[in-house]
Amino acid sequence: MKAIQELIKRYQLASLLVLTLLLAVVLPLSLDIFRLNLIGKYLTYAFVAVGLVMVWGYGGVLSLGQGVFFGLGGYAMAMFLKLEASDPVTTAIQSTPGIPDFMDWNQITALPAFWLPFKSLPLTLIAVIAVPTLLAWIISFAMFKRRVGGVYFAIITQAVALIVTVLIIGQQGYTGGVNGMTDLKTLLGWDTRTNSAKYILYYLCVALLVGSIVLCRWIQTSKAGTLLLAMRDKEDRVRFSGYDVADFRIFTFCLAAALSGIGGALFSLQVGFMSPSFVGIVPSVEMVIFAAVGGRMSLVGAVYGTLLVNAGKTYFSESFPDLWLFLMAALFIGVTMAFPMGLAGLWESHVVPWWSKRKNKGKGGDAEPAGTDAAPPAAVAATAKPARQASADSALTKGLSDVGAQSAIPGSI
Amino acid sequence: MSKHNDSNKGATGAPASAVEDTVSPLRRRILQGIAALPALSVSGMAFAQAKYPTSAINTTKLAITDTEVTVGQLHSATGTMAISETGSIQAEQLAIDQINAMGGILGRKIKVIKEDGASDWPTFAEKSKKLLINDHVAAVFGCWTSASRKAVLPVFEKENGLLYYPTFYEGLEQSKNVFYTGQEATQQILYSLDWAKKEKKAGTFFLIGSDYIWPRTSMKIARKHIENFQKGKVVGEEYYPLGSTNFGSLMNKIKLAKPDCIFAAVVGGSNVAFYKALKAAGITGDKQLLVTLSVTEDEMTGVGGENFQGFYSSMKYFQSLDNDNNKKFVAAFKAKYGKDAVIGDVTQAAYLGAWLWKAAVEKAGSFDVDKVVAASASGIELKQAPEGYVKLDANHHLWSKSRIAMGMPDATFKVVSESPELIKPDPFPKGYQ
Repeated sequence: MKAIQELIKRYQLASLLVLTLLLAVVLPLSLDIFRLNLIGKYLTYAFVAVGLVMVWGYGGVLSLGQGVFFGLGGYAMAMFLKLEASDPVTTAIQSTPGIPDFMDWNQITALPAFWLPFKSLPLTLIAVIAVPTLLAWIISFAMFKRRVGGVYFAIITQAVALIVTVLIIGQQGYTGGVNGMTDLKTLLGWDTRTNSAKYILYYLCVALLVGSIVLCRWIQTSKAGTLLLAMRDKEDRVRFSGYDVADFRIFTFCLAAALSGIGGALFSLQVGFMSPSFVGIVPSVEMVIFAAVGGRMSLVGAVYGTLLVNAGKTYFSESFPDLWLFLMAALFIGVTMAFPMGLAGLWESHVVPWWSKRKNKGKGGDAEPAGTDAAPPAAVAATAKPARQASADSALTKGLSDVGAQSAIPGSI
Repeated sequence: MSKHNDSNKGATGAPASAVEDTVSPLRRRILQGIAALPALSVSGMAFAQAKYPTSAINTTKLAITDTEVTVGQLHSATGTMAISETGSIQAEQLAIDQINAMGGILGRKIKVIKEDGASDWPTFAEKSKKLLINDHVAAVFGCWTSASRKAVLPVFEKENGLLYYPTFYEGLEQSKNVFYTGQEATQQILYSLDWAKKEKKAGTFFLIGSDYIWPRTSMKIARKHIENFQKGKVVGEEYYPLGSTNFGSLMNKIKLAKPDCIFAAVVGGSNVAFYKALKAAGITGDKQLLVTLSVTEDEMTGVGGENFQGFYSSMKYFQSLDNDNNKKFVAAFKAKYGKDAVIGDVTQAAYLGAWLWKAAVEKAGSFDVDKVVAASASGIELKQAPEGYVKLDANHHLWSKSRIAMGMPDATFKVVSESPELIKPDPFPKGYQ
């Protein structure tokens, strides 16, 4: 029993369970299919936000180009769906039947070679993860091995976002240009626009998202997670201890890219559409805002942040078409001013202490060591530490855990 | 349109508006169907409910009550496209207000749900879903860029919605669920090229466009027409990214190529830089023939009359058109939106959308999308359109005249040429693919 309790605490399973219940039971029961489909769309952004928690919150590296990876995953899936939608019968009116319509408009008469792998679903699924990961590896290898970090890295990722956007828009014969890839209807003959398909895709999205969070949580609680925190706060000490800082950062950045790619692919499936407007700087920064609103140290918080911001966007723009941008701005400014650690920080600094105080009062104040729960906001990550310390035998790991506990200083990027 | 308005006030019964324009035998037959009109003394509303019970005119669960019909309006009120789309939003609202003042459609006032596409194509897709699935609107007036239309098109086809799209565009599209009230590419291009050849003896052309689907397709059609039909020559073809403001090297290319005619489809903010660069390079209207497909009164306010002076624009509508319909339209528009408001080609086309829908609904005697589409297949026409008489083709595009106008120093246009007949819309032109 105690072991299970410890497990739950270590992996923060309680909060994950609440989230899963909300996504898998409460929302589907309370929303109609149109709204649920919208939630499904928001959840695809949540993959990016979860990735950002790893890269930014844990790795301490701010990326302003996550939209690129979301876009690459989305385009990979969209290319497969577009090829399926462009069979010779439905495109008989074109000069060259059997190729996507935008190619025909741009006087392209044969399918380009790099499109060929996307005729196969398995290859497409590999590409959804492999292409963003590969690009992330190239960028991060070149940067982190040269010890480029912080603001410089953020600027470079932003430049990458701009370059990829220009490339996609400029090569419209191969990519659909500004219009993007539209009219994606079926997956292996299965109509993805029906209500039942929307439910299935929604649950697929929820399952993959929860799976991603578990994976990230596992990495966080592993030695690698501890090292990441340590690097974020005292990079030199970790380097002097003999670790290659760059390798861990590259790994995290690639992980975030792969998650973003999965999100993008699910987006293409659920919305039936992919466009360069997800790849650029503005959407990339927006995705950072999702993570910031949710709390950049909390995986679950990032999901709530994404849902809140997007639901706010939809609600405000439907209810106040003239004012909605101001209301969104007020939300961003309000959240970052009032709770610099986001919703999760609010939870940790206000709700949890209040709860434990109540609980302690009821029990006569003997159970919980108050120190853990009353920890400052950023210590979300560190809450699992005391349990670990007991089992950690090497002095180094112990030292690193202490460094991790220092991460309570808010505002460190 | 106030002419429309006046005659209807006399007739009281709102459905009578479909009756007036009768010409074709088909329409006459339909009129005989409606001929059992009750006495004019019956009020429009009560009459409409008796004649058109909600259950009969709405069998597809659209948002229609005994007194109201809900439509959607989906444009960018924010973002980079807002400056272009505002005119369309205003014109659609004006048309809807005027129709409501006449008693609405089938006795029902039009209620508008406005959604903001925010210049973002995925947002357009989301909002179109909301309008069709959540709000069950009977029709949507909206979209501006091709990209936004392409984003919502699958939604309209899947949910069987009805979209009235106002912008001149590249063609190569014809959907059951969309009516295109602007010109498609051939209507705009072929007439202007023929005019340049005939009136200005142009034999060599330099094609310039922003780099996206509309200019690319337009220039493809232009090149085929110049080379295959006019036996002329294209001496240059250049594309610049959307929003590009750097046209310095282009000026040198133009000077080297010495074309008889510059044929341009540069859009948005790039226009300002493009025409300023031309002026700075000494390429001005008195020395060089330039015909553009993308400068309306709206762009002109940004470009400035002095930079566009003497160049030509090819559109179907200019604010300065001298006819009674247009005078009334311009007066009504300025009365509502201020005397400095300008009306461009797309604004006028947006104004037509609601009227075309009204005519089709009244002919069908139903708001059901399938019936409205079927009724639109033939015989829908507008005599009171500001641009002059127009009619709807079975391919969902409008027959309309093309016009060439010269830019004046005070940022207005002077029409110099007009096609003698209505030009048939041809979204899939043979020999231009």
